Amino acid sequence: MKNLIIAAALASAGFAGSVLAQNIAITGGKIYTQTDQGVIENGTVLIRDGNIESVNTGSAVPQGYRQYDARGKVVTPGLVGAMTSLGLVEVESWAGLVDASVGDASVSHSGAALDVSYAINPDSTVIDVSRIEGVTSAATTISYTDYLFQGQGSVISLNESAEIIRPRAFTVLDVSGDGAEQSGGSRAALWVTLERLFDEAAALSEVPGLNSVWEGLNTRADLEALQRILSGEMPLIMEADRKSDILQILAFKSRHPEIDIVLMDAAEAWRVADQLAEADIPVIMNPEMNLPDSFEAIGASIENAARLAQAGVRIAVGMETHNIRLATQHAGNAVANGLSHEQGIASLTSHPASILGVSDRVGSLAAGKQADVVIWSGDPLEVTEYAEQVFIQGQPIDMESRQTQLRNRYQNFYEQEKNTSQYIQP
Amino acid sequence: MALTRSRISIALAFFIPAFLSGCQSTQSSGKDTEQAEKVSIDSNPFPSTYTPIEGQPTVITNVTVIDGIGNKIDNGMVYFADGKIQAVGKDVDYPDGATVIDGQNKWVTPGIIDNHSHLGVYPSPGIGSLSDGNEMTKPVTPGVWAEHSVWPQDAGFARALAGGVTTLQILPGSANLFGGRSVVLKNLPSRTMQDMKFPDAPYGMKMACGENPKRVYGQKGGPMTRMGNVRGYRQAWADAQDYMRKWEKYESETAAGKQSKAPKRDLDLETMAGVLKGDILVHMHCYRADEMVTMMDMMKEFDYQISSFHHAVEAYKIADKLAQNNVCASMWADWWGFKMEAYDGIRENIPMVDKAGACAIVHSDSDIGIQRLNQEAAKAWSDGQRAGIDISMADAWTWLTANPAKSLGIFDKTGSLEEGKNADLVLWTGNPFSTYTKAEKVYIDGGQVFDLNDPRMQPQSDFEVGQSAQGENQ
Repeated sequence: MKNLIIAAALASAGFAGSVLAQNIAITGGKIYTQTDQGVIENGTVLIRDGNIESVNTGSAVPQGYRQYDARGKVVTPGLVGAMTSLGLVEVESWAGLVDASVGDASVSHSGAALDVSYAINPDSTVIDVSRIEGVTSAATTISYTDYLFQGQGSVISLNESAEIIRPRAFTVLDVSGDGAEQSGGSRAALWVTLERLFDEAAALSEVPGLNSVWEGLNTRADLEALQRILSGEMPLIMEADRKSDILQILAFKSRHPEIDIVLMDAAEAWRVADQLAEADIPVIMNPEMNLPDSFEAIGASIENAARLAQAGVRIAVGMETHNIRLATQHAGNAVANGLSHEQGIASLTSHPASILGVSDRVGSLAAGKQADVVIWSGDPLEVTEYAEQVFIQGQPIDMESRQTQLRNRYQNFYEQEKNTSQYIQP
Repeated sequence: MALTRSRISIALAFFIPAFLSGCQSTQSSGKDTEQAEKVSIDSNPFPSTYTPIEGQPTVITNVTVIDGIGNKIDNGMVYFADGKIQAVGKDVDYPDGATVIDGQNKWVTPGIIDNHSHLGVYPSPGIGSLSDGNEMTKPVTPGVWAEHSVWPQDAGFARALAGGVTTLQILPGSANLFGGRSVVLKNLPSRTMQDMKFPDAPYGMKMACGENPKRVYGQKGGPMTRMGNVRGYRQAWADAQDYMRKWEKYESETAAGKQSKAPKRDLDLETMAGVLKGDILVHMHCYRADEMVTMMDMMKEFDYQISSFHHAVEAYKIADKLAQNNVCASMWADWWGFKMEAYDGIRENIPMVDKAGACAIVHSDSDIGIQRLNQEAAKAWSDGQRAGIDISMADAWTWLTANPAKSLGIFDKTGSLEEGKNADLVLWTGNPFSTYTKAEKVYIDGGQVFDLNDPRMQPQSDFEVGQSAQGENQ
């Protein structure tokens, strides 16, 4: 109970003094800066106007800063959810519209044009549940379509308004067997389709105007998206597990060197780790996926993350929506199986930020970055440790969610139960 | 349909081999005999052929012991031999010649028991041809047995073993009101299900509440509502009572020397009658608090016991009632939101159930989660601490071994480190409430079945043999 009270006190103290230009000092913690400053054993993070002002060794604090004592605790950048559908889904199954699932839409032939930036709901309870556990920003996108491409995802902040940090930030494309199912049921069709779609987009210097007749493979809206991929402006996140599929991705990269390619899922990626490092293709993964759960993942290994990182591949961990908060456990298990702890923290912060093209704002504690900061009770990768206080854009957030309120409601009920009433009081 | 005499004889041939050889039954199946043979039913037609692997008398010293019934011993000792725990304590006697393992900085616990697994029935690879967990052809199928779907070559068994799982219940899926019988297995990778089958463990029967049955059958003849679900259960229980009475009448008449015709066997009702007689334990998929209470009323109406609710995401709302009715809740630490009936999940579910005095169990329902059930318990333990629920790690370990063993009716055999229990135990590299700790040695009935540091003691399924891409075993 003591910890709970402290957490509540911290939260309310934060709110009591909450003004837009609040200056905050987080003092005495072990700080993972995710910059050239590395890990500072006893340091202070200064926050001014919502941004990181500086990260310093020691506990010195200038006048005019609200102090948060992080002695004996760990301080990291806010976690960056590497791949989620936050704000696009409240309840996944059979409970109303899910914007993360897209059927037939006439605006697109290939799915490339779809754009989730119109669909994000900041009031989703999943956002609160995630942010009180240290997730402060996230890639969010479509998890299912009938199309080849899964549309254009956004990177959002998990602040009150679920502000879009970067719209149309990336596109997901499944080139595994599952993806081939959407393209004639064979890779023989999928890759030809893909190349023709890109050929068409590449051949046009600009998207045909509305006054011209256009009867290409792509719709006009799809062409705009593909041209942004071709120019390298929007990363193309390609899903595959099987080694041969990953080799096709590497071949695709050599045919289209301008495209910024990211590999996702990647069960057998360790088998081609050196080539991935050579081609500078990072990987978004869940390192716990160690079962041969299809003929495409026979080589699945609990050491996948460690082997990739060893070869020099940047890895990002965190592929969940309702439980993106468990990314710390996933990364922890990668560390338990050979990944360095430093890489484990990077896989949750600086790596997803750079892969998603938002490292200018989030993912590290560097001067001028958005002050997304977490004070942890201890090692964030330990399942028994937790976020004690989360800051987003320099604001200490209310560390409550619908889940903590349900908990409180029923803890109160049991305490009052001796009163014999069955009435669940508000 | 009337049961002809020849059909009875065929049944005899299969079900009472102890009384009649196949040859004799063939003779008796010939023509009319005046006095029909008494029909009795073999309750164990697929018997366990499990044989423990040979172990050495072994003592683990200088080790932190969690005995599974709430005690933690620092710098303790565990001695096991002849397949059984012989002694546990601060300082125990053991014979010269016993293998001594220095457990410095390590922990030893009872082997983990997962009472909710679909390994073998939904194996890896997860392809249609091996997908054998849900008999989704009609809502009431208690006559199917999960053991007839178990594929022993599922690579998931060995992965679970590496996570310290020594015993697991394989359940049918949750599409049906009555999904079929479960089977309890020793996690000793073997050629056949029978070689893994836990000797003398009672059968379980899977039931399911809520969304799944109504979703699967809503457009296929029903049920399409929760009230339809309950009608479905209750009619089936009424039929089972009727069936049981027919057999009781037959038994009493034949016992009295009267000529009596055996009722036609009905494999669905036979399983349910096994529940009503107390021989088969009910495991019921149920998320919502209000539904669980309805199910406990139904349990009283038809006079059976629900052993455990499974998933029980809202168990915290009715933890007092679970305690009153002696029904366990088997739960995840933190899964939620994937469907409406999982929307009210909270992280403190498990400790809140424990605090109310009810039987709390950590289960996996996952071929990934089963590999780290210790971490699921660790999360729930920590979440409880933060919410002011002070449960010791030693008590929290009951969620992983003693309580699931009770829910499976095998706590007299396993689930704790007590003298005389099966020597099912795990030596951990450190505190198993840490992410970084792994199972180092795993023993089943005193025989070592897994070693973190010895590839020869890391089982591999036939499916993985000869594949050019082998991830885990290299």
